[in-house]
Amino acid sequence: MKRIYSCLVENRSGVLAKVAGLFWRRCFNIDSLTVGETEDKTVSNMVIVSSGDERTLEQIEKQLNKKLDIIKVKTFDESEGITQELVLVKIRYNRDNRKDIMENCQIMGARIVDLSKSMMTIKMCDTPERVQMFLDTLKSIRIVELARTGTLAITKIKEQGDEK
Amino acid sequence: MRLKGAQILIEELVKQGVDTVFGYPGGQVLDIYDELYKASDKINHVITAHEQGACHAADGYARATGRTGVVIATSGPGATNLVTGIANAYLDSVPLVAITGNVSINALGRDSFQEVDIVGITQPVVKHNFMVRHVQELEQTIKEAFLIANSGRKGPVLIDIPKSVQTDLCEYGIAVVPRMPDKPKVSYMKEKVLEAIRNCQKPFIYCGGGVISANAEKEVLELSHRLDAPVGLSMMGRTALPDSYEYNLGMCGMHGQYAATKAQAECDLMLAVGVRFSDRATGDINEYTRKCTVIHIDIDKAEFGKNVNSDFCLQGDVKAILQDLLSELKGVRHQEWRNEVEEFKKVVIPDRPGEFCPKNIITAVRKHTNDTTVIATDVGQHQMWTVQFYDFEAPRTLLTSGGLGTMGYGLGAAIGGCIGSGRKRTVLFTSEGSFGMNLNELCTVVSQDLPITVVILNNNVLGMVRQWQGIFYEGRYSQTTLNRKTNYAALADAFGAKGFTASTLDELEKILTETDTGDTGSYVIDCHIDQDEKVLPMIPPGKSIKNIILKD
Repeated sequence: MKRIYSCLVENRSGVLAKVAGLFWRRCFNIDSLTVGETEDKTVSNMVIVSSGDERTLEQIEKQLNKKLDIIKVKTFDESEGITQELVLVKIRYNRDNRKDIMENCQIMGARIVDLSKSMMTIKMCDTPERVQMFLDTLKSIRIVELARTGTLAITKIKEQGDEK
Repeated sequence: MRLKGAQILIEELVKQGVDTVFGYPGGQVLDIYDELYKASDKINHVITAHEQGACHAADGYARATGRTGVVIATSGPGATNLVTGIANAYLDSVPLVAITGNVSINALGRDSFQEVDIVGITQPVVKHNFMVRHVQELEQTIKEAFLIANSGRKGPVLIDIPKSVQTDLCEYGIAVVPRMPDKPKVSYMKEKVLEAIRNCQKPFIYCGGGVISANAEKEVLELSHRLDAPVGLSMMGRTALPDSYEYNLGMCGMHGQYAATKAQAECDLMLAVGVRFSDRATGDINEYTRKCTVIHIDIDKAEFGKNVNSDFCLQGDVKAILQDLLSELKGVRHQEWRNEVEEFKKVVIPDRPGEFCPKNIITAVRKHTNDTTVIATDVGQHQMWTVQFYDFEAPRTLLTSGGLGTMGYGLGAAIGGCIGSGRKRTVLFTSEGSFGMNLNELCTVVSQDLPITVVILNNNVLGMVRQWQGIFYEGRYSQTTLNRKTNYAALADAFGAKGFTASTLDELEKILTETDTGDTGSYVIDCHIDQDEKVLPMIPPGKSIKNIILKD
């Protein structure tokens, strides 16, 4: 089972280490973790995707809530959130596969952001599943370098009862 | 009013009501110690032999008084020497503020002399920690640290203060007083809980350290009366109820009393109050709650479902919840259950031959103490024997390392407990293994003129490990036969205390009479006991009451 924890945390040095340390100490998984500032410079948003059984996922939420550097924790399943992931992938291409790659990019909505005679860098920003789907199409091609952000997530808008 | 950081620290400590601190000076806390010197009429600083001893002393002080213990150490090795003490306080939820110096801000991160990242090192074993980077944050940080340490689920807080922050000047008296977090409103499915309580036939109250933390001893006793329910205690819950109370069955778990563990296994409703269901207390988790409904009451939400799945989880201040429940509950009788429990009580552990056994020694010592005497222990067989055989009557009279199981905890704790109790006679039960770890603190006992009696249950072996080797490793006693030739009586004399050796009950009785000198005199009594004494009963780890070992 996967779950997403969107945490508002104090934007201070050491907080990331504290949160990561908590996951290590309690034997929780981190599937991905993204951190960035929010509209308030003193507060960061940390999105952690984790997996495990129900007991573990519940414990993660409770233990996160105990951390004093964490202001608020929102927990939700993938289906309850808008999730996005960014990937940059540098590949080596040749005349034979160039067309296929470009077609796949077009179908999946990926963009070529850097290009040379033999290499190109493709950018794709989409849901984690679609990003994975796209990367799978590149399997037969030599990937030179790959960087991916991990999942960024926000809860879906519910007009009524939505917080704030 | 512009003050130096170190002055702000001391002023704020005084404002927090701190009158005793434990610690050890050093290069990066010179400014703090300079201010302590000037404030010596307000704050009594107790210097120990080792920072670990200071930390255990602050912990013992906190357990005995309920107030926040304070320990100060210098950077680097001073700070790392606190780590075991901090972890010990964390596992037992003891309110503690540890203050460490560090190198100046501009020297941080350069592997300067005596620099360590103590905030990083202590991270997993503190409730919270701070590095103060600007003197302007200092006042607020100290206020918050004390609030955090002694509210909610209590625990240790570390404040790391670089030397430059101690010497920088700043306006004092401007910080916002942090607000106590609102006590969470007690809300739970009250009707359902009450129904479960009213419908049960075999209620059992399992009472832990949270009851003592919340000062809810009276409420638990009343609940026991009202529900006609026997009470079993976790080790941390020991002293929550007087041993003279007939329905106090004593400790549950691995080395608990048979009746307590049996009643817990046979009940149909367990009211678990302020407990965290440690593996040492539960044994086989599936067997543990097979027959009963569990109502778990605790201040820490994260304890619910961590080790045991409860039917009802009541989060909040234990005292408030119990009062709320009591207001709805009428007195009932469960005579059949009472008869059953009486039968459990009849199962006794046969005495081994020989009168100079732990039980008789502890009972003899008890005759020379009173109900409020603070008792400290180290860790191992003697700890279990103390918890089993000593009659405790008042809360906060037992200082023992529950969660971490720290050998070497006892002497420091006894020092803190003795000072916390107003320098009244304090007794430490220890063994030659545990005592050997931190016996250097005898110098503190003597220099502070503390009325502490150290009773060593000396069996010449690391008894608890040996016991396990005997039962689970076919008697291969690897590295547990100490064969030390230490003369503890002479050692005590050398430290400036008074030492004795006893090999019979008569000898011990004479010594106890001689050392019954009220609240003066520091003594060490070395009691030579048989190396094959066991702690019984014993439930092997991960097993249940079905597998209990009752005799050798």
